[in-house]
Amino acid sequence: MFSYYLELALQSLRRNKALTALMVLAIALGIGASMTTLTVLHVLSGDPLPGKSAQLYYPQIDPRDLSGYSPGKSEPEGQVGWIDGMNLLHAKRGDHQALMTSGKVAVQPTQSSLDPFYESARYTTTDFFPIFGVPFLYGDGWSATDDDNSARVVVISSQLNDKLFGSKDSTGQMLQLGDTLFRIIGVLGDWHPTPFFYDLDSTDYGENEGVYMPLTTSQDVGYDHEGNVDCWGNGGGGKRISRTDSCAWLQFWVQLDSPNQVAAYKSFLVHYSQEQKALGRFQRPPNVQLRNVMQWLDYNMVVPDDVRLQTWLALGFLLVCLVNTVGLMLAKFLRRANELGVRRALGASKRALFAQLLVESGVVGLAGGLGGLLLAMLGLWLVRRQPASYAALAHLDPAMLLMTFLLAVGASLLAGLLPAWRACQVTPALQLKSN
Amino acid sequence: MDILPILSTLRRHKLTAWLLILEIALTCAIVCNAVFLIGQRLQRMDMPSGIAEHELVQIQMAYIGNRPDANARAQTDLAALRQIPGVQQVALSISLPFSMGGPNSDVMLAPQQQLRTVSASNYFGQNLVPTLGLKLVAGRNFRPEEYIDLDTATAALQSGDPKGLPQTVIITKLMADRLWPGQSALGKTIYIGKSIPFRVIGVLARLTRSGGLYEGADNSMMMPISINLTSGGSYLIRCAPQDRAKVLKAAVATLKKIDPRRVVLQRRNYDDLRRAYFASDRAMAGILVGVCIALLIVTALGIVGLASFWVAQRRRTIGVRRALGATRTDILHYFQTENFLLATIGIVIGMALAFGINLFLMQHYELPRLPAIYFPVGAIALWLIGQLAVLGPALRAAAVPPVVATRSV
Repeated sequence: MFSYYLELALQSLRRNKALTALMVLAIALGIGASMTTLTVLHVLSGDPLPGKSAQLYYPQIDPRDLSGYSPGKSEPEGQVGWIDGMNLLHAKRGDHQALMTSGKVAVQPTQSSLDPFYESARYTTTDFFPIFGVPFLYGDGWSATDDDNSARVVVISSQLNDKLFGSKDSTGQMLQLGDTLFRIIGVLGDWHPTPFFYDLDSTDYGENEGVYMPLTTSQDVGYDHEGNVDCWGNGGGGKRISRTDSCAWLQFWVQLDSPNQVAAYKSFLVHYSQEQKALGRFQRPPNVQLRNVMQWLDYNMVVPDDVRLQTWLALGFLLVCLVNTVGLMLAKFLRRANELGVRRALGASKRALFAQLLVESGVVGLAGGLGGLLLAMLGLWLVRRQPASYAALAHLDPAMLLMTFLLAVGASLLAGLLPAWRACQVTPALQLKSN
Repeated sequence: MDILPILSTLRRHKLTAWLLILEIALTCAIVCNAVFLIGQRLQRMDMPSGIAEHELVQIQMAYIGNRPDANARAQTDLAALRQIPGVQQVALSISLPFSMGGPNSDVMLAPQQQLRTVSASNYFGQNLVPTLGLKLVAGRNFRPEEYIDLDTATAALQSGDPKGLPQTVIITKLMADRLWPGQSALGKTIYIGKSIPFRVIGVLARLTRSGGLYEGADNSMMMPISINLTSGGSYLIRCAPQDRAKVLKAAVATLKKIDPRRVVLQRRNYDDLRRAYFASDRAMAGILVGVCIALLIVTALGIVGLASFWVAQRRRTIGVRRALGATRTDILHYFQTENFLLATIGIVIGMALAFGINLFLMQHYELPRLPAIYFPVGAIALWLIGQLAVLGPALRAAAVPPVVATRSV
């Protein structure tokens, strides 16, 4: 029965090629636009650390002075300063904790003929690698002792390893950063957390760093800091922030595995703020926040407004295309009232007519879906050529591919439902008589 | 034209008619808002910076390793750059309008004030006013003896010693008007940080912020602080627009010759910097234009499709009307009026919908209210598109010969 309906559908569609093309094109355009923007939205609002992100928390405290403070309305400071960062780190209230900031270092290749270049760097502490589950290709991270001794050791990304050492195992080799020699102790595997959740002030969707070194070492040698610095009072900021400056420029992450630990940590933060206020370091009343990765991304609104707007726009466009298709299908089906009347008179049930017409609209939907898929690929290719930082991420994954088809066929079946139902209401006798 | 017969015909095709109306309404609502958004983006991209945009090139460099004598080296570099043929002015600057980064400060009108009066971008570096081509509408530029280097200023800030800090500031006209409406800003004092006073000695016609445009795009101030490459400064060179490429190349070569142990982080002319800042706006405006065109085409084709069906369906009726004495023009007008009616209903609903969408966007995307001018313009555009789309099928209807009435199908 299905193949017969399919044959009828193809026959009917072939009879009016221009109209069929118009319906297919409308669905394809709508689906193409929607899938392009939905894919971008899906990629951008993804989880950077699936399976781990719910246990990773970003504690915020408020060490600023009273200038600009409005009780109950001020959010705590977005980063921490050196003293508070080190206090939180050494309190060891979580299972793992890492303190970090971003910078840039001059790489002086001695092994190859490359010119010196600047590479973005992460200055952090030993737990950075386990806490984020960073994979290693060769070697390993550094130890807590290396942190304490400001050891001259670095971990490099696989890209930098490719560039400098032609992807060979470079652990144990020396790397000159500025005027200082470092021993490479690890090479990272393929790791690109998206969004770039652990330091949203440097980039939302950019590449991760090429060089990782102990935070203490970076301060010891005096490497430049890059990224947002928020100062209050007489804090100066700049490229090299002193440890006592009243500036916030470090990010602190902590791993908390159970709800009890989370509650305990939050009260620890309040307690810490009270203690610091009593000491005279803090002036504001305790103001703390403890957000996990997804909450932190949400709070910082990492998905660009433009992308959301584009998604709404595309869905609106799809709606117009669907209304258009419903109208055209309705007209087409009603035009065939005669034929349908004859089929009814010859004994076909309403249900059979309905099925036949739905198969026809399904065929249109399938063709539209295929067209939409091609258009979505074209659309994503166009997105990748855009100057946005997230451009390179816009790729269709299998889940979105499946969703494209479901959306296309579902949408066109939905579009066919009303016309098919309306067309089934023909009174066979009336149709036959009128001719 | 009598519209009653049209209405009675439409009543028999209620569902199809409503679908067409719905399509027109949705298109009208989306296109109105999209065109409005395009206008907003274009307006933003047109924002003036206040500087001599087409005459500037920027070179940002960083040393490899520590440079304790960076200040002296900056003097050498600046002197060498001035010797390059075609160079008119040379400066060192911490930021530029639309360069995204750059320092910002909270500005107060009184010491010990708790909440800021305005937030402003902070510009500093050597020789900025002539190099950027800024116009002073009141007061004067900094004198050479007023400059303090950044390291000294930072140290003074930390120790709380006001002697090592600059005393003067130049602010923009709009910022001055915001701080002291109707008064001259010259000689007045603003406070930054822990109540550090700065006396206003000059007022600039305009200088747009480096970032944070939403907090008052023209709130900028300039301080007599000299910098060097290690604090993140870039060399700015002003030259004739046609000399930019040549000067940039010569400048990079000169700087490399003076000290090869440094890396060029950025070399570009200011137009490229501006283009990069507004790239996403341009892309968004392009997408919106594309969607508008696609929507209008889909809607127009939908109208053509439905009208064609109706014409084919009513061939006999048309034939009968022709046989009873209706002229071709009558038939043509019939279909045109029908489309006009449907479009009008669609536009009325669409306008209400457009208003609703605008309210939603105002809430979520900080957009202003849709100006009233969009409503009549949008209506006329959709009427025109509807009439154009229906013209073909209507002409075909008008061409139906009266003899059709006498033939049985």
